[in-house]
Amino acid sequence: MSGAGPTTAPERLAVGFARVLRGAGLDVPVGSVLTFVEALGAVGVTRRDAVYWAGRTTLVRRPEDVDLYERAFAAFWEGAPGAGPPAPPEVQRIALLLDAEDEPAGGGEQPDDGGEPPDATLVVRFSGHEVLRHKDFAACSRSELEEAQRLMADLRLAGALRRSRRLRPSRRLRGRPDVRRTVRGALRAGGEPVRRAHLEPDRRPRRLVLLLDVSGSMEPYARALLRFVHAAVVGRTRVEAFTLGTRLTRITRQLASRDPDLALASAGRAVADWSGGTRLGEGLRAFNDQWGVRGTARGAVVVVLSDGWDRGAPEVLAEQMQRLRRVAHRVVWVNPLKATPGYAPLARGMAAALPYVDEFVEGHSVASLEQLAEVIAR
Amino acid sequence: MPFPASTPDGVAAALSAHDYLADEGLATAIFLALSLHRPLLLEGEAGVGKTEVAKVLSRWTGGELVRLQCYEGIDVAQAVYEWDYARQLLHLRAAEATGDAAREGADRLEDELYSERFLVRRPLLRAIAHGEGPPPVLLIDEVDRADDEFEAFLLEILSDYAVTVPELGTFRALEPPVVVITSNRTRDVHDALKRRCLYHWVEHPDFEREVAIVRVRAPEVGDALARQVAAAVETMRGLGLYKPPGVAETIDWAQALATLGRSQLDEGSVAVTLGTVLKYREDQARVHDHGLPDLVRAAMARGA
Repeated sequence: MSGAGPTTAPERLAVGFARVLRGAGLDVPVGSVLTFVEALGAVGVTRRDAVYWAGRTTLVRRPEDVDLYERAFAAFWEGAPGAGPPAPPEVQRIALLLDAEDEPAGGGEQPDDGGEPPDATLVVRFSGHEVLRHKDFAACSRSELEEAQRLMADLRLAGALRRSRRLRPSRRLRGRPDVRRTVRGALRAGGEPVRRAHLEPDRRPRRLVLLLDVSGSMEPYARALLRFVHAAVVGRTRVEAFTLGTRLTRITRQLASRDPDLALASAGRAVADWSGGTRLGEGLRAFNDQWGVRGTARGAVVVVLSDGWDRGAPEVLAEQMQRLRRVAHRVVWVNPLKATPGYAPLARGMAAALPYVDEFVEGHSVASLEQLAEVIAR
Repeated sequence: MPFPASTPDGVAAALSAHDYLADEGLATAIFLALSLHRPLLLEGEAGVGKTEVAKVLSRWTGGELVRLQCYEGIDVAQAVYEWDYARQLLHLRAAEATGDAAREGADRLEDELYSERFLVRRPLLRAIAHGEGPPPVLLIDEVDRADDEFEAFLLEILSDYAVTVPELGTFRALEPPVVVITSNRTRDVHDALKRRCLYHWVEHPDFEREVAIVRVRAPEVGDALARQVAAAVETMRGLGLYKPPGVAETIDWAQALATLGRSQLDEGSVAVTLGTVLKYREDQARVHDHGLPDLVRAAMARGA
């Protein structure tokens, strides 16, 4: 540490560079900049590579940010052509609107179910809410959808439980002896272990992984379901959320905000392929490779929210579903089209995936999502 | 100071003297971790040599390697310290039988029970309250497997290198241990923990480095074979496998071939030893589909 005040060259350079990185969309806390200055003190500023690695070790914390860092580095330290000081913020792609549309999008490459709203005869029920709970999202008007989203915020997702390695005090007189409590008790009784305490395995919620299809065919449902996914992410721990479309996007971080509007807008920005094509198999492959098989899906309840329309080869989807099934505790497939009268899983993708699915459920209305919450907790 | 290296190059040289070949990025990260006394967080695919970094640091610095393997549900009793309750209980009974309990009174007896004598030191406490000699190398392996609560707790320990045992007081490190944390990235490590650490993403080595690694780690493997194996592995990594081979697999494979007495790659030996590099049936099928003759031919050409 130079201790020569804020005007020393490395400090000014570090602060300037940090500003460029922030402009490029990297999160650079002040503490890291200080560490960077220290690091520069240790490696010197005379060699390009030393400075490069000192910065990368102290300022970058995720492999996804390496590209960004590299470009910003070139721009700042070498004045690379084409990139002015604030490197182009590549992450901030087009903000995609999240507002629901009043009419369901009809034109697609596949038949939209657009079916009869099943509430025509139900209007005499107790309240508007009760009707709304059963109304197909695709048939909801904009204001109804907003109301439905509020209902979804109240959904409580309990997790399926599994035995943990952690132990908890047991009331019963069997299981592993709890020597700690026995000794404490013995001390009180003058050294006599009168009461023997026991331990039993604790129960912890299983990890929940949600994979939401955001391709064109899911348009009438994706936004409503995203609200459900958000409720799941903020409502409990150990939840991971991804979107599948033409590619895989992890949205857990974006959805972590408690404010649903903020969270959904932020997730909307992160997902670059809203309403694009569907490559379910490829998306699942990416998930399996990068996350699932490495541990995220192991022993987890994995929920795929998709209508099963896939333009890729069905063998790819089948193979990836098989891989997923082998590591997951349970695979739940939520298909909003399933509620349509006369629906049969004939879409090639759906037919390919079905043999590897433990539960096949509807997901077109608030009520069906409540049911889904029960399935997840089972 | 046990670290004579004063530049990243010096670190790379010292590590290579202990059979670990680090590239410039990793050498810089290690150099900075040592000179700034910061924990080093290593992420990367399985098998690129993250854990090995801690081992080689321990060989180099002479500090004891203290390893904490993380898993779901790990808690303070398994990571920091625990009381040896069984022995405490015995002590209690003995005190009672000899009449000491009555003489000494409950308070004295309790003090005795919660003394160093009955303290079981787990890895974190061992690394912090070490005795004379070079500071230990603390390896916190696969931190992504532990849960959030444990990470938060780790953060506390890593920020002041001190552990408080309520009955005994605070243990503080005379000299902080060298800390290496690894993660396979099955989930995000908490930002707060990342901020405390220096960060390095460990990549697969490039071709020449991988050849050198095989030569160093498996000296019985001839130069030609090492080059061909490294070349074949490089091809495999480009085939979109479920689990692309890591450095550890490259070394295993080269050793297996050398053990079979091979000094060159050939189709037959590749077929029978494929299981040392590829651990998924589907991956083996994919390599077979790609064609073993092609693989061998390309490896011979690249390795020449």
